[in-house]
Amino acid sequence: MSEDIINQVTQGEYKYGFTTDIDTEVIPMGLNEEIVRLISAKKNEPEWLLDFRIKSYRHWLTMKMPTWAHLEIPPIDFQNISYYAAPRKKSPKSLEEVDPEVLKTFDKLGIPLEEQKALSGMAVDAVMDSISVKTTFKENLAELGIIFCSFSEAVQHHPDLVQKYMGSVVPYTDNFFATLNSAVFSDGSFVYIPKGVRCPMELSTYFRINASNTGQFERTLIVADEDSYVSYLEGCTAPMRDENQLHAAIVEIIALKNAEVKYSTVQNWYPGDKEGKGGIYNFVTKRGICKGENSKISWTQVETGSAITWKYPSCILQGDNSSAEFYSVAVTNHFQQADTGTKMIHLGKNTRSHILSKGISAGFGQNSYRGLVRVSKNADNARNFSQCDSLLLGDKCGAHTFPYMDVNNDTAIVEHEATTSKISEEQIFYCNQRGISTEDAVGLIVNGYAREVINKLPMEFAVEAQKLLQITLEGSVG
Amino acid sequence: MEQQYIDFYKEYHTLIKQHSAALMNNFRDAAFEKFERLGFPTSKLENYKYTDMSAPLSIEYGLNINRLQFQINPYDVFKCDVPAIHSYLFFVLNDTFYPVNSTAKQHLPEGVIIESLRTAAETYPQLVEKYLGKLSNEKDDGWIAFNETFAQDGFFMYIPKNVQLSKPVQLINIMRSDVDFMANSHNLIILEEGAKAQLLVCDHTMDHVHFFANRLTEVFAGKNSVYEHYKLENTNVLNTNVSNLLIHQEDSSNVLTNVISLHNGVTRNNIEMLIDGENCESLLCGMVIGDKNQDVDNFTEIVHKKPNSQSRELFKYVLDDTSKGAFAGKIQVAKNAQKTSSFQTNKNILLSKTAKMRTKPQLEIYADDVKCSHGATIGQLDEAAKFYMQSRGISESEARLLLMFAFTADVMDNIRINALKDRMKLLVEKRLRGELSRCEGCMIC
Amino acid sequence: MLEIKNLHASINGKEILKGVNLTIQAGEIHAIMGPNGAGKSTLAWVLSGNPAVEVTHGEINFNGKNLLEMSPEDRSREGIFLSFQYPVEIPGVSMVNFMRTAVNEQRKYKNLEPLSAADFLRLMREKKELVEMDNKLTSRSVNEGFSGGEKKRNEIFQMAMLEPKLAILDETDSGLDIDALRIVANGVNKLKRPDNAALVITHYQRLLDYIIPDFVHVFYDGRIVKTGDKNLALELEEKGYDWIKKEVETPIEQ
Repeated sequence: MSEDIINQVTQGEYKYGFTTDIDTEVIPMGLNEEIVRLISAKKNEPEWLLDFRIKSYRHWLTMKMPTWAHLEIPPIDFQNISYYAAPRKKSPKSLEEVDPEVLKTFDKLGIPLEEQKALSGMAVDAVMDSISVKTTFKENLAELGIIFCSFSEAVQHHPDLVQKYMGSVVPYTDNFFATLNSAVFSDGSFVYIPKGVRCPMELSTYFRINASNTGQFERTLIVADEDSYVSYLEGCTAPMRDENQLHAAIVEIIALKNAEVKYSTVQNWYPGDKEGKGGIYNFVTKRGICKGENSKISWTQVETGSAITWKYPSCILQGDNSSAEFYSVAVTNHFQQADTGTKMIHLGKNTRSHILSKGISAGFGQNSYRGLVRVSKNADNARNFSQCDSLLLGDKCGAHTFPYMDVNNDTAIVEHEATTSKISEEQIFYCNQRGISTEDAVGLIVNGYAREVINKLPMEFAVEAQKLLQITLEGSVG
Repeated sequence: MEQQYIDFYKEYHTLIKQHSAALMNNFRDAAFEKFERLGFPTSKLENYKYTDMSAPLSIEYGLNINRLQFQINPYDVFKCDVPAIHSYLFFVLNDTFYPVNSTAKQHLPEGVIIESLRTAAETYPQLVEKYLGKLSNEKDDGWIAFNETFAQDGFFMYIPKNVQLSKPVQLINIMRSDVDFMANSHNLIILEEGAKAQLLVCDHTMDHVHFFANRLTEVFAGKNSVYEHYKLENTNVLNTNVSNLLIHQEDSSNVLTNVISLHNGVTRNNIEMLIDGENCESLLCGMVIGDKNQDVDNFTEIVHKKPNSQSRELFKYVLDDTSKGAFAGKIQVAKNAQKTSSFQTNKNILLSKTAKMRTKPQLEIYADDVKCSHGATIGQLDEAAKFYMQSRGISESEARLLLMFAFTADVMDNIRINALKDRMKLLVEKRLRGELSRCEGCMIC
Repeated sequence: MLEIKNLHASINGKEILKGVNLTIQAGEIHAIMGPNGAGKSTLAWVLSGNPAVEVTHGEINFNGKNLLEMSPEDRSREGIFLSFQYPVEIPGVSMVNFMRTAVNEQRKYKNLEPLSAADFLRLMREKKELVEMDNKLTSRSVNEGFSGGEKKRNEIFQMAMLEPKLAILDETDSGLDIDALRIVANGVNKLKRPDNAALVITHYQRLLDYIIPDFVHVFYDGRIVKTGDKNLALELEEKGYDWIKKEVETPIEQ
């Protein structure tokens, strides 16, 4: 396909690149034990949490940045980042106390924080830089015993739950970025669904990086007690800045007996400009544990943003008969790089996992799927099916798959399939002949390709994701 | 573990060089430096994640750097029992090419050279220099560096332009020693434009001691050449094999590689097919039948550097007892290698609770107009099919056997020497029945 | 409606069309016959604007406009429809979505409002009946997993949806059994109106038993070498193409 068409379709602009002018408190750049203590003090944390941070920080000093991913990561100066930035008006009790500029920002992002304006059936925790600015519908949810609040609030009001589960899925020693997060994490969301409760609305956290030269290190903890259900959505954007910003988050999910958690992400961090300048470095550790029998965790992600994505939402299938799913669409355009996938660790008997990964590469983008399916000795009758497809638009991008299968039980059935394809000239011409422009044809074909994954998203998100795919690839057919 | 070999080389490098050819000595010191830097690959390296050589390396092996001759003539001792196989037969005894007896030599077509690498390097230096080490010197692999440090000889085969061998060439690596023993040999195979050859390599052991073989083979398949490389491993659990097979393909060449592991202790095969021409065909197959505590790791790489070529890869494992299997299959398609088609399949069956399989198929694609896919499965025999057969009066054990045999059949179908294919089918069937399936030339299997 | 003058075109630098002249008026059905490799399909590609074919010389006028200057999608919106010899599979894209996009793009081009979902579905139902197309097929991805016959029927269905001025049927009969052939031909005949035209490209005469052409052109070596009425098709069926080849090549030898 001709270069021109490629260029036409992939030159989309990032819509969320504006900055908000608000009074922000930023602590000095750099990382040392004092900074860690300072963050903890700012958040008025109990002793055990400070200990956890210090322990993590000391461990982090012994670690090196991982190099195994199929990524070219420029050196990151961890002393040249501010680890805490917060809009100055702190923990508003009501909407009136929230800085109007902040409200406007979220309005502009399509996340109204006034409950009457909000999307029905969705409660939102809005996080800007290091702190949560507002959680909607908190009271309505509380009536059912559901806790949905910022992480900092949970530390103050539900310390037992936090202490019990934090670090139980992603230990502070887990990996370089998780350990860093464990030392300096600022805020995030906390969810607890009590026994037997089906959460009646989608819970959602919207992350916004605003301040410059800061990193975002949030932590999300979701606990679904026995027989409960929750669907959780995560969205994220950032202003366009020339510098690279670091985002290193942790998400932990615990699903107890018969519980089900659906976690959906539309990741749209600023990807950098067409020359590859700027953009978010996204190093995220997401992991869930199906702790109880018959529990279920499902990850769905649409990854269109970030300059570099390093992310493997994973599941430990500990409970017998538990199941896990991973559905992913990852797009890399221009100079974006993504190394993403999942790990499915089968420990319990009769556990099932399903992986469906759809990579799309355009421009100079490099897109890798990396996955591990491990069946341990005692995981009788484990089943996994993985499918990884890659779609290439243009001849300067790359698509790679690195699946690992590690089976230690003879009753397991593990299957993996992967294909690589491109949008053919024939397909484009066929659409053209029916009066459909090349740009629309690519949109149709890409969305058709990603349909199986997009269908797994809640309705509002699915529509958003479809548009996003088209915008991300505007100007890039091949 | 490395240290004793490093010290050994420092002390004896003059002697090692003295008993080898100048062309092999040319890169020996550089290889040694590389080995000093890299050491033996350990499971900490991503590419060696599933290969644990610490046990075999803890054994003290003898090395025959003085090239002492053994007092046996393999042409008398060894009778290959592939019936009806007519081949040009050659031996490498431990690490030394056995001087060819007259009957084997005289039937070779004119211009064909099959010789000790050391002799060839001295007799045809210009020819050998053009190829020797051209693939292996580029590699940053501890085993290759180790081989190039210590190997003093090996097998050399040269097929001139448009010469097509009508019979397969058979190379038997025989291990014979009274003490634990290590052999390093470097093989070089050259096919000029339009040449055709089939090579069957068999590994055999004659003594009940620990053997460690480290073989490096470089193959150059010229334009329009056709080359088939079969490797049969049928030794015993005391044996460790490390092999690096590096194949370079030019335009319109057609190469088939089929590696079959029936019996061994620890095996690590690195196979690289570098498709450096257009309109090439490459087929890479392999099969492993593992039991006891056998450990087989096939690490394969198919690199498409030029457009319009096709490759196919097929590996099957049947693992029983506490055996361990590993497979890595990397397909790399370079930026300009458009219209590449490459398909890979890896299927594995675990027969016991304690057997293990680790598989890692990989695609690395930098061109957009390609058709590439891979599929991998780890599972069991098809219960429904087994039951179906039982319902027709076939015993369960026979049904299992039939299914396992069927499972491996497509690998064996990619043996294009009929006599060998029939023999292999028989060996595999015996192997699957748990009977001794050794070749008569071997003392112990 | 359509006027082709001295058209030369090549694929990958190889000249395939070597001076084609053809005029089609509204209401006419033209058939182009000829041996394999004569360049029949290339003519269809040129008319529909396939970028794989390079026009090196000549003009094409379509309803007063210079066709060669138009993008493939604009040609489609102007009313040129190509029934592909090998319809393309587009995995994941549903027929409904595909057709809705196509129909509404055409309407936008004509400054019409897009069809409402209900109207669109009504239109689909109506046209599906016309070509006796199974309901299942429209809920699947474009051409994916369709049999050869289903694909061809799907082409005629799309033609019915888009109501072209000039329909080009490229070997629409190949690979069809007699029932499918009848259905496809019926569809074409039902869509025939005084203000549209059809260009039927075929290797065999049998399709012309169902779609009666006004003109039959014989294509050989990149040109139209003979034109006649429907009887020419019968003659070709009887005598094969060799006599045409002889007739064409003889004068060159002299």
